[in-house]
Amino acid sequence: MSETATALSVAPGSVTMDTEPVLHLSMQQALNRALDEILADNPKTVIFGEDCGRLGGVFRITDGLQAKHGEERVFDTPLAESAILGMSVGLAMAGFHPIPEVQFDGFAYPAINQIVCQIARMNYRSRGTLPMPITLRVPSFGGIRAPEHHGESLEALFAHVPGLKVVSPSTPHDAYHLLKYAATRPDPVIFMEPKSRYWQKGPVDLNSPAPGQATPDAGMDDAGSLTGARVAREGRHLTLVAWGAMVARCLQVAELAAEDGIDVEVLDLRWLKPIDAEALARSVGKTRRAVVVHEAPLTSGLGAEVAQLITQHCFQTLKAPVERVTGFDVPYPSGDLEDEYIPNIDRILFGIQRVLEYRRG
Amino acid sequence: MTTNNVLAAVDEDAAPLTHEQLRELYSLMASVRHLDTAAVAWQRQGIIPGYAPQIGQEAAQVGSGYAVDRTRDFVFPTYREMGVARAMGLDMVGYMSTHKATWHGGMYNPLESRFAPIQAVVAGSVLHAVGWAHGQTLSGKPDDERGVAMTYFGDGASSQGDVHEAMNFAAVMKAPVVFFIQNNGWAISVPTERQVAGGSVAARAAGYGIPSLQVDGNDVVAVHEATRSAFAHCRAGNGPVVIEAMTYRRGPHSTADDPGRYRTLEEERLGAGEDPLERFKQRLLDDGIADNAFFADAQQQAQEEEEAIRAGIEALAPRPGAEMFSLVFQEPTPTLQSQASDWRKESEHV
Repeated sequence: MSETATALSVAPGSVTMDTEPVLHLSMQQALNRALDEILADNPKTVIFGEDCGRLGGVFRITDGLQAKHGEERVFDTPLAESAILGMSVGLAMAGFHPIPEVQFDGFAYPAINQIVCQIARMNYRSRGTLPMPITLRVPSFGGIRAPEHHGESLEALFAHVPGLKVVSPSTPHDAYHLLKYAATRPDPVIFMEPKSRYWQKGPVDLNSPAPGQATPDAGMDDAGSLTGARVAREGRHLTLVAWGAMVARCLQVAELAAEDGIDVEVLDLRWLKPIDAEALARSVGKTRRAVVVHEAPLTSGLGAEVAQLITQHCFQTLKAPVERVTGFDVPYPSGDLEDEYIPNIDRILFGIQRVLEYRRG
Repeated sequence: MTTNNVLAAVDEDAAPLTHEQLRELYSLMASVRHLDTAAVAWQRQGIIPGYAPQIGQEAAQVGSGYAVDRTRDFVFPTYREMGVARAMGLDMVGYMSTHKATWHGGMYNPLESRFAPIQAVVAGSVLHAVGWAHGQTLSGKPDDERGVAMTYFGDGASSQGDVHEAMNFAAVMKAPVVFFIQNNGWAISVPTERQVAGGSVAARAAGYGIPSLQVDGNDVVAVHEATRSAFAHCRAGNGPVVIEAMTYRRGPHSTADDPGRYRTLEEERLGAGEDPLERFKQRLLDDGIADNAFFADAQQQAQEEEEAIRAGIEALAPRPGAEMFSLVFQEPTPTLQSQASDWRKESEHV
């Protein structure tokens, strides 16, 4: 292990409980550790992209991995996203498990042809003979005062493409387990990392993918607990549905709402394709009210899909139309206006209020 | 043949093609010509909905495809590489099934055939070749077991940014890739002079430090020797090679195209030059390598082969609709399974 690879070593504040170590890691550390283990577990795994090798990535997610696993398994590419994704297809055809990185969400646009026309379709086109076990890591969403094209939310675009699966973790624990899970699947997975949460620490239970956090009556096994949504907070009056960086914000909102006696449930969707419709039905079936929160623009955003699924499954018991609190139908703004764009606590509280005060005409 | 830069390992030691190989090349070209011509007729007869003829490109396709070692190499085609497929010995019913509209990528097995699924995005698979070739470098296999990727594209596709990215990546990574360009003069209705600045795709290779060969694409022997040299260069670990085979699309872009709207018959005659098949036949006759009985026999075999393929195509039933759903993922999503179930019920296929 490289001495510079601090993220690979056990964090100082870690607690070991018998055989089940629970570490206190940032999401960056959790992702780095997951990639390290993936490389160790599967010799066919290769990690590459712009600045992924020597530098360890601009967010240091691949820090120390090249030094530890070698330049053939973790390497820098020239600066061309279409080629990064296009060569992933060829590597997959040659039997590798590519984990390419697109440095920022907006840089996926130049690679859309390869993602949509090639990665998503090769299994289908080849009648299942050329699977595409590609995990595309995309630092995603906004919140870090970055330049243009560094704060985009592409989940609806990716989710709309047949042949892709889309997932976004909201905690270091889920980041670790969902990345390890995605990297062992035979299908392409777009792995959207909430970049504004990279440096927030949280407990990571290495041995238990879903320690008491899976929806209680789902009857899911361990794998199931990684493929579905997660109840981040239980509540009785209303469900906030969110993913990525918005989960933490919704949890804050829930605490504030509790002061007014409103008991909010927060459902972390995690998988944006496929969406865990059963978890939505279970949660909103209980609370009978729902607000979807996302950073992406409103129109044709994933909130519409979520609202439809809730309506379909819970129409009889819904107390109000499903509300959406989202970004606006504008290009993602400059840092100075970022906080006006991303759903903030007040806007989410207003959304909750609209649902609670709704009366049938 | 003109050469930019120098192939590090020109296959000078390779024996000249034997008479038997030359006759085999002719037989392959005759089969391809006959099948290609027949496929246009099939479309007119309603047997297939469409076809993209390669007539005129037999030498470029057969000559290059004949150099592929099916035990280790891999070919990345577009949608006009029937001659390459035939030269590589593909299941031709499986190949032609894409034109029957049976399945986009064709029904052949790409892994066993060493021939990637048919691809409608021009330049789409050029980058795949680079990734596959880099995989050979990463594979840890001994040099003599590593394969070479050969990717086919045309003068039209050379305008795509992916071609630049692919050549640059391949050169930076010294990936064993043969970029095989068939410059057939036309991208549907747009002629090469309105497509390729500088007049040559091969000339661009110099900018990447990639050796390149521009060959007479209507001379099957020249094409084969150039391809063989390029493979030797790649196999010796020297990185990629660009070959530009200068040829001519004698037919329409596809059976839906009308070349009369953008070129006259006279322009076509002048542009096409000598028919590569006739030219090779004359050479074999002049050199005493084949006689008229051989050519008559080759024609007879081509016809029998085409009839068998046509029978196979006509016998192809539509794929079960359930495959629309089951082949999207290795692990289908619940949503997709539910859609498949609804489709079964509502289409009364239960």
